[in-house]
Amino acid sequence: MAKHHVTTTVNGDPVEYLCDSEQTLLDCLRDELDLIGAKEGCSSGDCGACSVLIDGRLVCSCLILGVEAEGKKVETIEGMAQGDELHPLQRKFLEHAALQCGICTPGVLIAAKALLAKNPDPTETQVRYWLAGNLCRCTGYDKIVRAVMDAAAEMRGA
Amino acid sequence: MQERVKKPQFDVVGTRPIRPDGVDKVTGRAKYGADLKMAGQLVGKVLRSPHAHARIKSIDTSKAAAMPGVKAIVTAGDFPKQASEFVPAGEGVVNYRDISNNVIARDKVLYEGHAVAAVAALNEKTAIAALDAIKVEYEVLPHVIDEIEAIKPGAPILHDDMITIGMTPPPTKASNIAKRVEFNLGDTAKGFAEADLIVEREFKTKAVHQGYIEPHACLASSSEDGSAELWVTTQGHWVVRAYCAKLLNWDIGKIRVTSSEIGGGFGGKTVVYLEPLALLLSKKSRRPVKMVMSREEVFKASGPTSGGTVKVKMGVKKDGRITAAEGEITLQAGAFQGSPVQPACMCAFANYDLENVKVTGYDVVSNRPKVAAYRAPGGPISTYGVESVVDEIAEKLGMCPIELRLKNAAKEGTRAAYGPKFGPVGLVECLEAAKDSDHWKAPLGPNQGRGVAAGFWFNIGGETTVSLQLNEDGTLTLMAGTPDIGGLRASLCMMAAEELKVDVSKIRPIIADTSSLGYNFLTGGSRSTFSSGMATVEAARSIVKQACGRAAKLWDIPEEAVTFEDGMIRPAGENAGKHKPMHLSDIAKVAGKTGGAIVGYAAISAQGAAPSFGVHIADTEVDPGTGKVTVTRYTAIQDAGKAIHPAYVEGQYQGGAVQGIGWALNEEYIYGADGKLQNAGFLDYRIPVASDLPMIDTVIIEVPNPRHPYGVRGIGETPIVPPMAAIGASVRRSSGVRFFELPMSPPKVLKAMKAAGKA
Repeated sequence: MAKHHVTTTVNGDPVEYLCDSEQTLLDCLRDELDLIGAKEGCSSGDCGACSVLIDGRLVCSCLILGVEAEGKKVETIEGMAQGDELHPLQRKFLEHAALQCGICTPGVLIAAKALLAKNPDPTETQVRYWLAGNLCRCTGYDKIVRAVMDAAAEMRGA
Repeated sequence: MQERVKKPQFDVVGTRPIRPDGVDKVTGRAKYGADLKMAGQLVGKVLRSPHAHARIKSIDTSKAAAMPGVKAIVTAGDFPKQASEFVPAGEGVVNYRDISNNVIARDKVLYEGHAVAAVAALNEKTAIAALDAIKVEYEVLPHVIDEIEAIKPGAPILHDDMITIGMTPPPTKASNIAKRVEFNLGDTAKGFAEADLIVEREFKTKAVHQGYIEPHACLASSSEDGSAELWVTTQGHWVVRAYCAKLLNWDIGKIRVTSSEIGGGFGGKTVVYLEPLALLLSKKSRRPVKMVMSREEVFKASGPTSGGTVKVKMGVKKDGRITAAEGEITLQAGAFQGSPVQPACMCAFANYDLENVKVTGYDVVSNRPKVAAYRAPGGPISTYGVESVVDEIAEKLGMCPIELRLKNAAKEGTRAAYGPKFGPVGLVECLEAAKDSDHWKAPLGPNQGRGVAAGFWFNIGGETTVSLQLNEDGTLTLMAGTPDIGGLRASLCMMAAEELKVDVSKIRPIIADTSSLGYNFLTGGSRSTFSSGMATVEAARSIVKQACGRAAKLWDIPEEAVTFEDGMIRPAGENAGKHKPMHLSDIAKVAGKTGGAIVGYAAISAQGAAPSFGVHIADTEVDPGTGKVTVTRYTAIQDAGKAIHPAYVEGQYQGGAVQGIGWALNEEYIYGADGKLQNAGFLDYRIPVASDLPMIDTVIIEVPNPRHPYGVRGIGETPIVPPMAAIGASVRRSSGVRFFELPMSPPKVLKAMKAAGKA
């Protein structure tokens, strides 16, 4: 079957790609657009390593079809820093050593960004439940939760 | 704390700079195993056995080979047959015949998921269709999953030629017991005769997976001239190179392996699965071949660690002094020999200074995936049993479990049952810190309980090479060869900066490929900061020596008349004359004119690795309505020797503790009667998520390792050793029931509490 032509916006840039009907958004980002920041850990929506935002909503890009991005706004980890300026979450993750191997980090950062957009002042419990869809096997989550709380405080100007 | 060596003052070591590979990892730029693309690359896929145990009668690939877009197919027949030969490899031994037969099944499939054939095609869809078109005729054989069932008479035998090693006299018939090991110290019969109390228990643990989030992945490109490049996520690319060369019968020097960023390993990425297949598919197709495992393949076909059966018998005097200890440890090896039964036996009683110890272990094959190393392989399993018995003894004697351990703790001069006498070790210091902690003294709520347990890992050194280049402008490039999983590059740069008195940000590190640096054994055995750190210090000192030599030349004075102090190269003493001190960067600028590039190079076999002991305290709360156990507070205390970058040391303690929490409460391989794995996904194989956990408090104890320039001990593995027993002891108090089996999942806890009238 012929491929589908998709026109969408990724990190503010207008982009086009061709994809198969069954091709996931994750595969389109990685294979068609060379945006390798979103990772495939499970392809079943359990690990969150492929987290992206579609029109501001947090999704696992492995559970979305490439064709579903038509006309939407997709945000990935590659669009998180503004020029040389890291997003406060990115900076706090580095300062708190909130990553070890780093494979889950792009997904965790995107998820945390979505949380802070919704709730700028989350409690520790709220951070933990929001990030429950992002598996990290290295850190035990301690430093991740601290980094998110610290970034939230900084972003609030607290 | 006792001062064991003169404590040097550090400028960089012990601080918390941003890691040099950090920005790439928070911006999505870092390239992992599946992130590299090559022009013209094909997709490689593996056909796997649907059966737990079967003879392969025939494989017909003709239909698949004829499909448009299919470029190459390999089966075991394409690989040379390997002789059975045991080769030392770090913490254990490997057998090339087993590795080869595990990478691709020859004659028999030994577990569900065992690779049978591999295909390279233009795209994934075609590759999957080709797998479907390969006809394999199987003769299904009876299977055995449980290790105790596997050693019973009449059990299906996996390997017709497996005669148990380590039995006297050697058995005459094949069995599923690959090996028997035994460690003895003193006379346990005498020790038990002296005991006032003897506790004897049997424990069961389940197979658990390392659970790295990044699946196995590689990209191979073989050339017509016999050379090949391999990009791979691995803990040891020199080891991958050696295994691939052996399995393919290629020259080692013709294979160049580059380690990608690695998305977690925990021991599971110390072996090969896809790599030899990808190299051969690439050679056959003359195209690059990329292979990535699915999560289901990771669970079914890459190494979990053993489940096992642990029998423990310990005798004590009324005052708490342990008089004798015996253990019998039977571990699942998976389909091929090689469970971590030896280190399990080594760790079993290593926490204690004992006169009479006997430990025996059995390595048992069954129709499961071949186990791979998992963080302190074997240690958590035997320690779970032993520390649980120690806790029960404390309870029966009415003693504080920390006091009981202090009374028996291993210390400098203790002879371990497995042979060595310990040098300075920090177990007593960890126990004292636990006793003094706020956590230990804090009050508990209803349905809550507190447990404590200790753990040990011996750690290794080994072959390590580091190159440190002084660049023309005085900046430095550091090349190491032990893949960096959790902050190694940061630690190495810090040690180099400490030696050279330069700003740590002026040193840019890379993990070099196998053609750019001398041999490095893999990142494992908690060796990378210890060994690569030792080599880095040696390389940095070589740079200082060379720089002093260049200054001597410039000043026309003898080399001995030049010193390096506070980051400056200076004439030493009055006879050396008056010369303006030079910075390393001044020397760097004139290196070309004074003898050429200045490169520090250290190729060592790191000796003097020292064990690390840890003590964990766990609070749990049990819901009497559901049996669900929640960890409410947790503290991990461990001797690091010297923490180079304390944040990443804490990270190791926290991460290991949480893997242990998962092992204790949730994680297990679940098999059906058909011998198939029933929970090969992250939804059903549930690793801990953020909302399951509290903060993990850490205490870094520093009893320096006298054999490392900065006192470093390996620290990565010990943190997973104490958690299961600490949580077991805690659940004993929160639920009122003592458990002897992992995981302590809600249905089991509820059932046991009901039976005991506690729920």
